[in-house]
Amino acid sequence: MSKDIWTFARVINGRLTETSFELLTWGRALADSLGSSLCSVFISSKIQNDEVDKLFLYGADKVYAIQDERLKNFLPDIYMKAACHMIKKYSPHVVIAPADTFGKTLMPMVASRLRTGLTADCTELSIEDETGLLLQTRPAIGGNVMATIKTPYTVPQMATVRPMAKKPLKHKGSAREMVEEKVEEEFFTSSYEYVGFRQDESSEIALNQAEVIVGGGRGMKDEKNFSRLYELASLLGGGVGASRAAVDMGWVAYPHQIGLSGKTVSPKVYFAFGISGAVQHIAGISGAGHVISVNKDPDSNIFNISDLSIIGDCNEVLEKLVKKLQETGAVIKNERV
Amino acid sequence: MKMAVLVKQVPATENIKIDPVTGVMQRDNLQSELNPLDTYAVEQAVRMKKNFQQSTVTAVSMGIPAAQSILRQAIAMGCDEGVLLSDRAFAGSDTWATAHVLAKGLQKLGGFDIIFAGERATDGETGQVGPCVAVQLNIPVLTFVSEVKIEEDGKILATRSVEGGYELVRVSSPVLISVVKEINEPWIPDYNGMMKSRSASIKIMTAQDIGVDKADCGLEGSPTRVSKVFYPKLTRNGEVFSDSDPEKAAQKIVDFLKEKNIL
Ligand SMILES: Cc1cc2nc3c(=O)[nH]c(=O)nc-3n(C[C@H](O)[C@H](O)[C@H](O)COP(=O)(O)OP(=O)(O)OC[C@H]3O[C@@H](n4cnc5c(N)ncnc54)[C@H](O)[C@@H]3O)c2cc1C
Ligand SMILES: Cc1cc2nc3c(=O)[nH]c(=O)nc-3n(C[C@H](O)[C@H](O)[C@H](O)COP(=O)(O)OP(=O)(O)OC[C@H]3O[C@@H](n4cnc5c(N)ncnc54)[C@H](O)[C@@H]3O)c2cc1C
Repeated sequence: MSKDIWTFARVINGRLTETSFELLTWGRALADSLGSSLCSVFISSKIQNDEVDKLFLYGADKVYAIQDERLKNFLPDIYMKAACHMIKKYSPHVVIAPADTFGKTLMPMVASRLRTGLTADCTELSIEDETGLLLQTRPAIGGNVMATIKTPYTVPQMATVRPMAKKPLKHKGSAREMVEEKVEEEFFTSSYEYVGFRQDESSEIALNQAEVIVGGGRGMKDEKNFSRLYELASLLGGGVGASRAAVDMGWVAYPHQIGLSGKTVSPKVYFAFGISGAVQHIAGISGAGHVISVNKDPDSNIFNISDLSIIGDCNEVLEKLVKKLQETGAVIKNERV
Repeated sequence: MKMAVLVKQVPATENIKIDPVTGVMQRDNLQSELNPLDTYAVEQAVRMKKNFQQSTVTAVSMGIPAAQSILRQAIAMGCDEGVLLSDRAFAGSDTWATAHVLAKGLQKLGGFDIIFAGERATDGETGQVGPCVAVQLNIPVLTFVSEVKIEEDGKILATRSVEGGYELVRVSSPVLISVVKEINEPWIPDYNGMMKSRSASIKIMTAQDIGVDKADCGLEGSPTRVSKVFYPKLTRNGEVFSDSDPEKAAQKIVDFLKEKNIL
């Protein structure tokens, strides 16, 4: 039984996602405290060697991959078989995947098949001194509760972690081993037929991967004002989020809703324009780095969870802020891989 | 077409209590409701039933006896019947064990073409149960589904709402589909629905009825253990800026972002 830490990487259009490198930062800390190897794992169509090299640059000691043209798109059953095959063969101690639509589909399938524990949406992972077990901390019940969960009797111990919660970090490691796993033909029969992908024009940046989210609520007053949030978002290279009230008004589509019955996000900066800060909304932003809110009501609840509270008219402040950023040409510092 | 929809009872209030010793949620004295995200799953099943003759929808839940009320609510929304999987042995189940019980129950009831689930429950919030049930039943799963079409040959074409867009995937039934809120706008139950749900009898099935071994459910059958629970402080003591001039407010935001090394 190895003590290796595995993190899942994902390839989209031949490139590794940013989250793949963030996960290595999570994994590196665990591997270092156990004195074990950090391994990055991916299942995809064939990718360039210099792309694979980035995994080593950001902390992997070893890379396991199954590459085949037929694995270009995410076909859950094949991916599950491929992941289970590798896990059974190399028996890692811990497996970490992103808590995005990919990880939250594949990991429960894999954990179920292997009959092992899976902890969702972790915000903290560490190793318990006495036992070497993974301590997995996650929020639940709308952020009202934090639970630390263990998988004491089975391996691997599996967890999904929120994208954006950690930065990719370069690492000077010496070990650089690439293991290309071969699988049999029968692997490639799938119950799924991948038909296609349609880009959502209004949210080119997936909210759970955005560094900045500009959120708007009922206080924006109407659809036209609401649409101005996109100007700020694009200046800051971020995405637009919304309260349920704004979604219910039809100003923006549901994929933008943040909160208990919408998305949970952890951007570096979250803006709340004309959002009152209902518990169900706050449930989605507890992982935000900084919260900046603009509200005309000095007693609004959003101010209780803000790092900068601006008492004022959200539309007026938005307009001036957009103008100011356009004039100064200030841009967000980019730390992406 | 024979359909099932998985529904969970969740606490309705915000003041939820967790037993500090076992880490298990204390469900007594709490107002409960049908998991808000499951109403979309129920609605979807009911809409499909209307489009296909001789279809039935069975609402299935694992929970305490009081969870019968959410099954009635599902019936009021248009489901034909409700089945509650309830046994002391199920208490403390994690997602693996919950999925095991649900899969066994569904197998016992038999022959479902489509099983609907919600995206996630608003209490445990893992979103894991749907895919786990599908794997235990050995059928495909479609997650984050925002649109479902049944094609002429009976195949199912689903739209999945994923990062940055929508993915189209086709499968054959049987399949488990977990839906997102975008998929529909649930109807409020009408008078007839309410009356029907009041008189409906809810079928209750125990571990023995569905053939679940005690070692495979409840705390004992769960691979995960909650080892600690704590209540985070959500408040931030931020800076307040109250100058009514929007120009100054905008400057304040820029300064703040620079100070935090973001701009
Ligand atoms: C089961 C359940 C699940 C839910 N899930 C979610 C969820 O996922 N996400 C979510 O967001 N909500 C959710 N809600 C709804 C939530 O309770 C609130 O109703 C919602 O968040 C309110 O949105 P809002 O802040 O935009 O609107 P409001 O609460 O109406 O607040 C508008 C705010 O704008 C301010 N304002 C008005 N005009 C101006 C102005 N000119 N300048 C500055 N400020 C102004 C007001 O002072 C007020 O604070 C859920 C509710 C339930 C019961
Ligand atoms: C604070 C806390 C943290 C937890 N963390 C984890 C964890 O990380 N990993 C883990 O394995 N368990 C965890 N659990 C246990 C988990 O909440 C329970 O197993 C629960 O029964 C199902 O998980 P869920 O609430 O996350 O449901 P989800 O997986 O979010 O539910 C998705 C869908 O599955 C269906 N469904 C779920 N439960 C039922 C049911 N009882 N009856 C019918 N349909 C249902 C519904 O359609 C629902 O919309 C945690 C519990 C608590 C209290």
